[in-house]
Amino acid sequence: MDWIVVFVSKNFLSFKNTFDIRSMSNEVKSLQDSFPGQVHDLPGGGIITSKLDDLVNWARSNSLWPLTFATSCCGIEYMSVAGAKYDFSRFGFEVARASPRQADVIIIAGTIVNKMAPVLKRLYDQMADPKYVIAMGACAISGGPFFYNTYSVVKGADHVIPVDVYVAGCPPRPEALIHALMTLQEKIKSGKTREQWKTVP
Amino acid sequence: MTNEELKITITSLFATATFDEGGEWLNVNVETADWKSFAQRLRNDDQFLFDFLFCLTCIDWKTHLTMVYHAESTKYRHNIVVKVKLDAAKPEIETVSDIWQTADFHEREVYELFGVNFLNHPDLRLLILPDGWEGRNPLRKDFDDPVNMIKL
Repeated sequence: MDWIVVFVSKNFLSFKNTFDIRSMSNEVKSLQDSFPGQVHDLPGGGIITSKLDDLVNWARSNSLWPLTFATSCCGIEYMSVAGAKYDFSRFGFEVARASPRQADVIIIAGTIVNKMAPVLKRLYDQMADPKYVIAMGACAISGGPFFYNTYSVVKGADHVIPVDVYVAGCPPRPEALIHALMTLQEKIKSGKTREQWKTVP
Repeated sequence: MTNEELKITITSLFATATFDEGGEWLNVNVETADWKSFAQRLRNDDQFLFDFLFCLTCIDWKTHLTMVYHAESTKYRHNIVVKVKLDAAKPEIETVSDIWQTADFHEREVYELFGVNFLNHPDLRLLILPDGWEGRNPLRKDFDDPVNMIKL
């Protein structure tokens, strides 16, 4: 549904100033660029026009808290991305949550074994909607190096829960994970469901 | 003690023990029947004092199984590797969980993965595998699981 909403703000100037002061930072600049709507700067206030759905998706995509979930070595790269050098907080991934009830995205960083599969399913079920899933690395995509001749490994996490974004690598470099996170943001901003994304290019 | 001194002392105590050459640590082969008394000696004898069993595992050679025990003395800082050959058809060996308590869990793990029966073990049941895996030992070379395994 295309709802046109108009925000009129008397305090718009101060709102704009916050953006201006922080516009030194590239991340904030890109945030400003990606704002889905028009900002009309007027004397004594301002007007923003946008679609409600777009605004909601924009807000969602810029505040995605991942669940602390790492079953093997991909977790080390994941921690690296969370750390100061790569720092996914810059893109709104902010802080890893230890509870699925507070998390928006689960990054499956590692091998899922048959015994872990029900646990993963339960964690996913406990997450509040809207929720997203990233399959990080070969194991989460297909079982990877454990595809053949193993009795215990699930051959791809998408056998257990639906996956939004797949990241190739064993393990993927931190840049690859950041790319996956930003791909997820694009997907959320597009407003399409997982099924629509699959059928409509 | 150095490896050479260990070797001489062990030979004087257990004439049947043989040694594998090569490797950082002294490798001793012991008969299944001698294992319990040998382990007791390693742990309690004042000149050995192997009080830290830091690895307990098993190897499937298809023709037979080999139990491998790694022990260290925290007092003398010497190490030893003990290998015991087991019959693949009926793998049985005395438990050492009363000598080194850590062997309790390790032996349960070897029991579930290789099917080795540890005699006189206080609580021999599956460690990590879910219920219903008794008798199916996934680390044995002849193990087959047509449901979960994709053969290459």
